[in-house]
Amino acid sequence: MARRGKGGQAAFDEMSGLDGQVRPAYRALKQWLEQVPPARLRQMQAEADLLFRRMGITFAVYGESAGNERLIPFDVLPRILAAEEWQIVERGAVQRVRALNAFLDDVYHQGEIFRKGLVPAELVERNKAWRPEMRGIDLPGRTYVHVAGIDIVRTEADSFTVLEDNLRTPSGVSYMLENRDVSMRLMPEVFARHRVAPVDHYPDVLLRNLRDIAPPAAGVDPTVVLLTPGIHNSAYFEHAFLAEQMGIELVEGQDLFAREAAIYMRTSEGPKRVDVIYRRIDDDFLDPLAFRPESVLGVPGLYAAYRAGNVSLANAIGTGVADDKAIYAYVPAMIEFYLGEKPVLKNVQTWQCAREDDRKLVLDRLAELVVKQVDGSGGYGMLVGPKASKAELARFRGLIRRHPERYIAQPTLALSTCPTHVAEGVAPRHLDLRPYVLSGKTVTLVPGGLTRVALRKGSLVVNSSQGGGTKDTWVLRGAP
Amino acid sequence: MILSRLADNLFWMARYCERAENIARNLEINLRMTLWDRAGADDPEWWEAAVRVSGDPEEFKARHGAAGQKTVVEHLILDRDNPSSIWCCFERARDNARATRGKITVETWEAVNAIWLEIQDLTAAKLQRQGAREFCDWVKARCHGLRGVTDGTMLRDDAYRFSRLGLFLERADNTARLLDVRYHMLLPEGAALRESGAVDYYHWGAILRAVSAFSAYRRIYRDQIVPLRVAELLILRQDMPRSLHACMNEVTTVLGELGPGLECARLAGALHAELHFTRIEDVFRDRLSSFLNRHLAQANALGARIAKDFLMVA
Repeated sequence: MARRGKGGQAAFDEMSGLDGQVRPAYRALKQWLEQVPPARLRQMQAEADLLFRRMGITFAVYGESAGNERLIPFDVLPRILAAEEWQIVERGAVQRVRALNAFLDDVYHQGEIFRKGLVPAELVERNKAWRPEMRGIDLPGRTYVHVAGIDIVRTEADSFTVLEDNLRTPSGVSYMLENRDVSMRLMPEVFARHRVAPVDHYPDVLLRNLRDIAPPAAGVDPTVVLLTPGIHNSAYFEHAFLAEQMGIELVEGQDLFAREAAIYMRTSEGPKRVDVIYRRIDDDFLDPLAFRPESVLGVPGLYAAYRAGNVSLANAIGTGVADDKAIYAYVPAMIEFYLGEKPVLKNVQTWQCAREDDRKLVLDRLAELVVKQVDGSGGYGMLVGPKASKAELARFRGLIRRHPERYIAQPTLALSTCPTHVAEGVAPRHLDLRPYVLSGKTVTLVPGGLTRVALRKGSLVVNSSQGGGTKDTWVLRGAP
Repeated sequence: MILSRLADNLFWMARYCERAENIARNLEINLRMTLWDRAGADDPEWWEAAVRVSGDPEEFKARHGAAGQKTVVEHLILDRDNPSSIWCCFERARDNARATRGKITVETWEAVNAIWLEIQDLTAAKLQRQGAREFCDWVKARCHGLRGVTDGTMLRDDAYRFSRLGLFLERADNTARLLDVRYHMLLPEGAALRESGAVDYYHWGAILRAVSAFSAYRRIYRDQIVPLRVAELLILRQDMPRSLHACMNEVTTVLGELGPGLECARLAGALHAELHFTRIEDVFRDRLSSFLNRHLAQANALGARIAKDFLMVA
């Protein structure tokens, strides 16, 4: 059954479409749901919670008291994508990341796209994430973004729209891998009735790509490490998980040091040269000599070693200029300019509050729109107009008037829904999808991603910090 | 190869657990003696001796004044402000284990974490109800379990080696301190080394039992308990697992694997050779306390050199 949200739009349900007819990819799951006793579902849910707790898969919530670790709720019912639906996502995400890499290479070199007048130069060069230090540095394979998380929502059967590109240190891929592990354990009989494409090779592909970008002097067996801010970071579990899966060292800034423009780690056998750093620390904190001087997380001298080509970083420094919410509006133009292709995935119409016409429209229609901070993430500092109270609307009006350049607005999208196990039984809840795009010699995705689900009825905010949960994402091979 | 930071964490994880166990063993000597010599056992000097072995007597005096059973037991077991209480040792062991979870097995982590969880709500009242002796038994049992799980599950890599190193350096340190302090209490300079009386039997018996050496003594010497032999057993006998010699056997083996050409391996070798080739008569020719103090100083220098060779890389 189609459901109407407060905004009045009908949401597309991935199992039942708009007309209540079961869609082919969900046929087997629906049959199973019709005969499974509610008690069994509840038991599976309890087992899932236990498994996650035992594996220690928790995340820290910023703003709550220190040491507060929570589980992200896991919904036992998978989200299923048919092979041809996945192909759209895959083609579109690969296309987008190729264009974004070309854009970064361009803006840090000749700036063709500015000269053509397609993107205003000041939008990039006045951006907080702009790194003039990166100008003229040639990166291996001209790749800036080795790991991208593209947030995609679905509004109709074949209509996929990108909400944002995450090109700095996107997280969540450990959930994609662990969710699969747990759902295979919990519902082997359902899993076996589907031909689900595997995702477990993600760490292998990532490691291969990381080894490929090692400086030539590193030889045939380069040393790759994962640099984490440490145990207090909300994604520390993921850092430890990925390092273990790839069989590489998980290092903190204090474990590394620079000498003669090269990076070494401190080991029991003395200094060991490091060739590639998969860093999960933001640009600002990477090197106190080059960026924020008060940072204790980074490595003094890292930037100089990077600039000299003696160590490679993934992702590159300065990728943030391409995933800014204001630059987002120009991605379709980048795709046409660099690749000569039509965009496969849609963009959401975006109003820049800095522009006077746009601002007027946004303030007039605030109750219908979603307002986001240009440099915000994690669902913090965000307004969902149709769900907001009068006080919140008034507060955002003030914020937009005071700092228009900090905000953009978008129409409220009718995110698709999918059957989800909640307290009152199985009910549709809104979802998004974050597939992870890996760029090496080629740009690839493992078939799947992180599906986030808003567990509260009617809610459109899927972020884990705002009460969202996750689901396993099953991409089917061939016809269901 | 292992990151220096993690090597340090593993070294101290093992050291703190071993320290906790040795505090329990040291307390047992006093607790056992209260059973047969109430008056003697209330002697503040005896309780101060317990603090001298396991903690800092100056700090204790400043905070608690004269030593007595209740204050010393609570100070060495429960006191969260005393860095060498059993409670704090287990917390530090757990902090170190937590920082190196990728290098230890899940079972090892769970063993360390379980100990920590169980002492979270331990209070003086609970300890009194349970009994300090029973608590010390619990500490020993948990530490045996932890060593078992480490031995039974961990890959024989450098992570394992650094945890062994911490364990045996700590054990040797404790055995030497315990002998030094207790010996001095029981046997002021010049007293008979080869004679035995009823008092000695109980005193030395309590010490031997605390280091699980009572029946070993009987089996090896088949004779009365005399101070000279107690010292020999705990210093020179390499078949006695808590003796200095046995600990240094392990330390030299591990260092031979970790860095045979390093200065720390040479220092360990020298220390080991002395224990290997010295006779107990030579130990006593000078004075036991000067032998032990020299040994403790060398062991400290070895610890510092290990840190320099492996842990402070730049």
